[in-house]
Amino acid sequence: MPHMSSQANLQQPQKRAETPPPKTSVGVIGWLRQNLFSSWANSLLTVIVGTAAFFLLKAIFTWVFFGAEWHVVSNELNFLLIGRYPEEEVWRIWTLLLFFHALLGLSWGFGKGIMNSIAYTIGGLLFISMLLPFIEMSTRIWIIANLATLISFFFIGHKFPKVKKITFVGWFLSFPIVIFFINGLGILPNVSTNLWGGFMLNILLAVVAIVCSFPLGILLALGRRSKLPIVKYFCVIYIEVIRGIPLITVLFMAKFMLPLFTGGIEVDEVVGAMVALTMFSAAYMAENVRGGLQSLPRGQFEASQALGLNSTYTTVFVVLPQALKAVIPAIVGQYIAIFKDTTLVLIIGLLDILEIGLSMIAKPEYIGLDMEVLVFGAVVFFIFCYLMAHVSRRLEKSLSVGNR
Amino acid sequence: MLDEKNLQKPLEEREDIIEVKNLNKWFGKHHVLKDVDVNVKQGEVVVILGPSGSGKSTFIRTINALEEFQKGEIIVDEINLSNDVSNIEAIRKETGMVFQQFNLFPHMTILKNITLAPIWVRKWKREKAEQVAMELLERVGIPEQAHKYPGQLSGGQQQRVAIARALAMQPRIMLFDEPTSALDPEMIKEVLDVMKTLARSGMTMLVVTHEMNFAREVADRIILFDDGEIIEEGTPTELFDNPKHERTKMFLSQIL
Ligand SMILES: Nc1ncnc2c1ncn2[C@@H]1O[C@H](COP(=O)(O)OP(=O)(O)O)[C@@H](O)[C@H]1O
Ligand SMILES: [Mg+2]
Repeated sequence: MPHMSSQANLQQPQKRAETPPPKTSVGVIGWLRQNLFSSWANSLLTVIVGTAAFFLLKAIFTWVFFGAEWHVVSNELNFLLIGRYPEEEVWRIWTLLLFFHALLGLSWGFGKGIMNSIAYTIGGLLFISMLLPFIEMSTRIWIIANLATLISFFFIGHKFPKVKKITFVGWFLSFPIVIFFINGLGILPNVSTNLWGGFMLNILLAVVAIVCSFPLGILLALGRRSKLPIVKYFCVIYIEVIRGIPLITVLFMAKFMLPLFTGGIEVDEVVGAMVALTMFSAAYMAENVRGGLQSLPRGQFEASQALGLNSTYTTVFVVLPQALKAVIPAIVGQYIAIFKDTTLVLIIGLLDILEIGLSMIAKPEYIGLDMEVLVFGAVVFFIFCYLMAHVSRRLEKSLSVGNR
Repeated sequence: MLDEKNLQKPLEEREDIIEVKNLNKWFGKHHVLKDVDVNVKQGEVVVILGPSGSGKSTFIRTINALEEFQKGEIIVDEINLSNDVSNIEAIRKETGMVFQQFNLFPHMTILKNITLAPIWVRKWKREKAEQVAMELLERVGIPEQAHKYPGQLSGGQQQRVAIARALAMQPRIMLFDEPTSALDPEMIKEVLDVMKTLARSGMTMLVVTHEMNFAREVADRIILFDDGEIIEEGTPTELFDNPKHERTKMFLSQIL
């Protein structure tokens, strides 16, 4: 029926058959041509950068595997990671790690998505450290136990999604549990804070600063928009003052000025540093949140009010979730910064990983091994900072479901 | 509170559910509402017309206290808005509002959008709120979208969700501020149809719109605003076919 089809053609043009893309744009060759050699300028750039990268990588490789003397790190690994924490009490830290790996495993089990990358990174770290040749047998056993905990609790979380509640309670209680284990609190032998140190101290300080500055920063940001002048100006002045002075100054102020508020009672140095880092981070957090609040269209507030939701409900259900989501990258950037800034506590005399590293370099037996120690520190920080950045991107993606 | 018996009577004999007396509002020095007097009977559908910037939005927004006013009196369902700020929440429970830009909460599913206020303001159980929400989605014709996010819906669907969300609080008055102005032409009808059904169910409605056919078909009364004043009001027939005021004639000639 040829006449029928020509008639149909008039009303609805026939779909063209799909043709494959030209050969030059697919496959490895296509990719290379498009991205690296699309023009003579691009080709030249590729060659120059490629050559430079080659020599750089070669130099790094040679140094890492043939030039560097890593015994400075392997000999002092414990010192770098946990400072002068007494050896006979180290089991407490390992037990804590078991606890956290159990929680992480459970969350991984039912959480998937974001937890995946955290669990893989931590698991990978455990696996690599398990294989290190120079560690003691007992350490190796602890590491294996931790890895086994992580994996087995993954399966528990996976099989029984009901453990969700327990896991949340666990995360919630983790801070007192940490303090109990590390300090002892009179039940276990007391390990006072001047023995806390190494990378453990950096992590503790960072976690406290991050966890505490989150709600504080939100309150400050909301306070800044308050209609009550006292609240508003207190928040404005706090934020601007803290943002206007260097962290080192805040750390010193915490050391010397906190006793003024506690009526002359000496404040523990680690606690002082935690307070200082929290106060500092909170001001920046507040500014980030304020950015998020400002990005919300007025219609969102109005719709919420028109539904009869009071200002607390409006803030909690409508405003904050959207405002925080909008500024996740800024918040995580701020957290990464405060994590790295924990190395500044060396100036008030705390033995964090950087201070320990520097003190080792100064020893006669390790003379000339600065690079090894600093590179180790850099790698440790990089792993954790990169993980944070990666998780932030995942979080953003998973929260953007169905949004325009 | 007015009871349902009021609705059984013919419109003229019913009690007023909204009384606006001598309402005046300024934005800074700008006088945007000038001695506005409006009474609305229960179940009445009032369409508000007028050129852009004449104060239509401001007027209906003062009725649920989204805007403050400086002089006059507003009584909504026997709650006086002028003398006590704590009445604001009571009034907002009585009135639902639909905005030009929908203003759905983009981070919540459709179902969550609708159940949020009933659960937290009306203190309903989640099951009850969800059941009511599903009935409303059924009524506006999109129950299958319940678990999607607003960004995944078309404009017309979003506006119908916004209507359902306002209705979920079981208001006695619905305010519409140009509900179809942000919509593509092919979606206007689906929203107007929902509004027509609502009007026939006896809901008191104040509608700011430029949809003249809707006004003619559904309105019990039309109020014409210009420059912050009411310049003319009457039934659709009176206003469209026999306008008295010069400015009314001019406005109608521009829009029809
Ligand atoms: N938030 C505001 N601040 C200052 N002026 C406003 C504000 N909202 C509206 N106006 C002014 O009030 C007048 C009435 O506006 P509006 O009620 O939105 O008019 P309509 O809805 O009829 O177009 C306009 O002149 C407008 O510029
Ligand atoms: Mg308007």
